[in-house]
Amino acid sequence: MLTDSDLQALWLTVRLAAIVTFILLLIGTPIAWWLARTKCWWKGPIGAIVALPLVLPPSVLGFYLLLAMGPSGPVGQLTEALNIAPLAFTFWGLVLASVFYSLPFMVQPLQTAFEAIGERPLEVAATLRASPLDAFFTVAVPLAKPGFITASILTFAHTVGEFGVVLMIGGNIPGVTRVASVQIYDYVEALNYSQAHRLALVLLVFSFVVLLAIYAGRRFRPARGV
Amino acid sequence: MWQLRFVSSFASGLLLVFASLLSPGVQAEKITIAAAADLKFAMDELVMEFKHSHPKHEVEVIYGSSGKFFAQIRQGAPFDLYFSADISYAQSLADAGFAAGSVQPYALGRIVLWSATQDASQMSLASLSDPAIKRIAIANPKHAPYGMRAVEALKQSGLWDKLEPKLVYGENIAHTAQFVQSGNAQVGIIALALALSPELARKGGYWLIPDELHAPLEQGFIITKRAEKNELAQQFATYMNSKPARQVMTRYGFVLPDAAAGDTDAD
Repeated sequence: MLTDSDLQALWLTVRLAAIVTFILLLIGTPIAWWLARTKCWWKGPIGAIVALPLVLPPSVLGFYLLLAMGPSGPVGQLTEALNIAPLAFTFWGLVLASVFYSLPFMVQPLQTAFEAIGERPLEVAATLRASPLDAFFTVAVPLAKPGFITASILTFAHTVGEFGVVLMIGGNIPGVTRVASVQIYDYVEALNYSQAHRLALVLLVFSFVVLLAIYAGRRFRPARGV
Repeated sequence: MWQLRFVSSFASGLLLVFASLLSPGVQAEKITIAAAADLKFAMDELVMEFKHSHPKHEVEVIYGSSGKFFAQIRQGAPFDLYFSADISYAQSLADAGFAAGSVQPYALGRIVLWSATQDASQMSLASLSDPAIKRIAIANPKHAPYGMRAVEALKQSGLWDKLEPKLVYGENIAHTAQFVQSGNAQVGIIALALALSPELARKGGYWLIPDELHAPLEQGFIITKRAEKNELAQQFATYMNSKPARQVMTRYGFVLPDAAAGDTDAD
């Protein structure tokens, strides 16, 4: 069955995905909120930048992250100035890369959810003297709850399925950067197909359950707001 | 009237294009070569030379890991020649009936220490324990022949236990070189052929790892079954044994197998 190193890779993958999802909830929510409500002209450019990781090949993103984290890259110089270890080949390097890579999967569903709320509930909150921040947490967040759930699940799942970026900057270190997708790839490359099948099956079942949760949740959740 | 003529000539032109697409072998021949990543620069030169004497033909090269090509050829990938960094991959393809003819050894590969940030020519394996060297890149020993030899050399020199925590693994030997070139790993164990490429030679020296520390990196190629009747593939195989081709390979640090019968120019 699954070997110890498979379990290690799976656990690493889950940990990575959970941390990335948490960080993106913190970063993605204000970005999505701003994008949903602003009428400023650079809504378009910012929205496009957020969506870029959907289009850019992971190998391209990974390559430039590798250069950026190197001793002469901006990230590498920042870590050196702050006197912390370089990020390439580390778990936190993967977290940083994945935050970039999964950004649109958090921001876009949230933005859609915020837009669906419309002006009215917030105007009502304002007439009741709720501060914008108060209105955000007591009105917008509860109304956008399905959006938060979808965005979190998509972000988590997308990070689990990440491969190219991790391969480019991870260095394939067991327990540190060797996630499940890379482990499967190694099995395939080493012509160890039976082990690859087993681990792939675990990922397949996992992905199916996640997607089922989203779609079933959508179907049975009572319509709200509109 | 001219419109009709235009349409009809356009249509017949289109037909001609389709016909040429559908009937290979009538016009110029084309071969596709799958080559191990360590051949990147040497093979580019070889193909350029070969094209001089075969100007009408087309030669396409795809670089990657030997193991991946092995699996792809088994699944019917459209490669006419397969250059493997590990002759055993080529051999097992031949054994399984995926080759036309026998496996031809073409070179022995060598591994070197290489760095983009320090002068590696002043190094040795022992200098890898220096605390200033935080990351050492090698190719993934699970499937990349150069990675397997790197591990052997580290184990043979008794440094493995000390150095293993510093290792990072590239997908293939070119990817490993990239880790070093970008400065993320201070040192790497890469193919001599890559260290000698213009791209990397500009950046720093290398230190040749003694070949008694590891099993030989015997490399071999095959003509695949699908190219059995492909003249051009045969010609390229013959060309590999010619003096100009051997000179290119030698220049990239490959040790060549003993001159084959009939090659009187070998020195």
